Amino acid sequence: MQAKIEVDGLVRRFGPLTAVDDVTFQVTQGEVLGFLGPNGAGKSTTMKMITGYLTPSAGQVRVCGFDVVQEPLSAKALIGYLPEGAPAYPDMTPASFLAFCARTRGLAAETARQRIAQAVDTVAIGDVLEQSIDTLSKGYKRRVGLAQAILHDPPVLILDEPTDGLDPNQKHEVRTLIANMATEKAIIISTHILEEVDAVCTRAMIIDKGRMVADGTPEMLQARSPGHNAVVVRTSADGAEAALFELADVARVETLAAGTYRIYPRAGRQPLAAVAELARRRGWSIDHLAVEAGRLDEVFRQITGGGRRHAA
Amino acid sequence: MNGTLAIFRRELAAYFNTPLAYVFIVIFLFVTSIFTFNLGNFFQRGQADLRAFFSFHPWLYLFLVPALSMRLWAEERKQGSIELLLTLPVSLAAAVLGKFLAAWAFTTIALALTFPMWLTVAYLGDPDHGVIVAGYVGSALMAGGYLAIGSCLSALTRNQVIAFVLSVVVCFLFTVSGAPIVLDFFAGWAPQGMIEQVAQFSFFRRFQAIANGVIDLRDLVYFITLIGFWLFANLIVVEVKKAG
Repeated sequence: MQAKIEVDGLVRRFGPLTAVDDVTFQVTQGEVLGFLGPNGAGKSTTMKMITGYLTPSAGQVRVCGFDVVQEPLSAKALIGYLPEGAPAYPDMTPASFLAFCARTRGLAAETARQRIAQAVDTVAIGDVLEQSIDTLSKGYKRRVGLAQAILHDPPVLILDEPTDGLDPNQKHEVRTLIANMATEKAIIISTHILEEVDAVCTRAMIIDKGRMVADGTPEMLQARSPGHNAVVVRTSADGAEAALFELADVARVETLAAGTYRIYPRAGRQPLAAVAELARRRGWSIDHLAVEAGRLDEVFRQITGGGRRHAA
Repeated sequence: MNGTLAIFRRELAAYFNTPLAYVFIVIFLFVTSIFTFNLGNFFQRGQADLRAFFSFHPWLYLFLVPALSMRLWAEERKQGSIELLLTLPVSLAAAVLGKFLAAWAFTTIALALTFPMWLTVAYLGDPDHGVIVAGYVGSALMAGGYLAIGSCLSALTRNQVIAFVLSVVVCFLFTVSGAPIVLDFFAGWAPQGMIEQVAQFSFFRRFQAIANGVIDLRDLVYFITLIGFWLFANLIVVEVKKAG
């Protein structure tokens, strides 16, 4: 299947600063790609180039086969875009704003009416339709922006921090919304909430200093975590820590609380069986025993330096 | 075309959604009246025409039109809505044109609301209605010229105050380019032909010519070309800013 979004050697410079440095990737229908990266890594700049707001310094972007620079109108018609901060016209009401977007997208009156009703229903903004956008809360503004992005049922969705400023319930609703649309669209979201990647993304990409530094499924990224396959055990037995450290596959043992230990495996190993065997042989009573998948935030910090970059 | 119309409708509605439209219209009507009756000696002249009314329009527009045009693009940049506008499937030319036409329509509405002046002279005497129509046409064209300049300069910045000041300065130069203040600057060193050319750029002279009742094709072409030039420059400015 042809990729819906094809990004090839994308570069964007702002004066001496290279904000996006030779980024290449593709997104096919059914994929939800999560852009991860520290602030200023180039996530938004990449999205702005895909949607045609910024002109690339080099490289190209094709959306459903249309080059964004050469055939901007065809490409833009197929994209739904929620810009960072969900800008809208504050003097308008959500109703008039969505009507405006429908008109610029050339929807016929009847279709527009249906699509607006559907989008309003999907993001649940029916109760503020006639209120000026200026007076809406951050959460409502974001949802108006989302309504605008999905209005024309585009095959490609680019959402820059779609859940920023929403409360936990609203976050959950937006994630459900994205997950529901995922099968028929190609979606890119950017976020700095790592749990969101687990919740909605089929693929995650870490961007740092304008470069793509990791690309894979959330599970693949988690597997790069030192905590991947770590075993957490809680026992009241004496001398457990020393005994655990003696095991062959164990890299190190961390004490989380009195009697609770996290056992980090050596690379590629799985110490669960050995831990269980040890406990059985020594007759420890075990209150808790669990294997961890690894934490994305550890991978994230490890890859992007976490502000404490080791000197090269 | 769809895009231009949609943007035109949105922009025009935006004036009336905020107090801007009402404040502008009230001030415009108030100031034109003061100028006409007090400074223009409308009654003392004892003539049934609107010369006193129209003669102040270039100076009035010099400040009022940039106040209107300063928000056209600067506000979009400030609010971030420009990102939305430029990612809609609407060509940049359509967006520039839609915004300009909405602003122009709005100034024309404000201008049209001065119709009681016309009724007044028609009641008091027997004016030459052709000359008055020409005056209105000239005034609307001149407002369009100021707006096109202001729209282009508004695209340069996200700060509306800067856009306003820049527009007033450039509009001032265009207004007075036929006056000694500008011509003297060139007189010392430039050839006579060039000075003539500079003088040709004066809004003031062109407008006076039309307002005298002679709608000369050259004056029409001048204003239309000027508007076209500045709108094209506007488009280039937005395009260049995209590429950084």
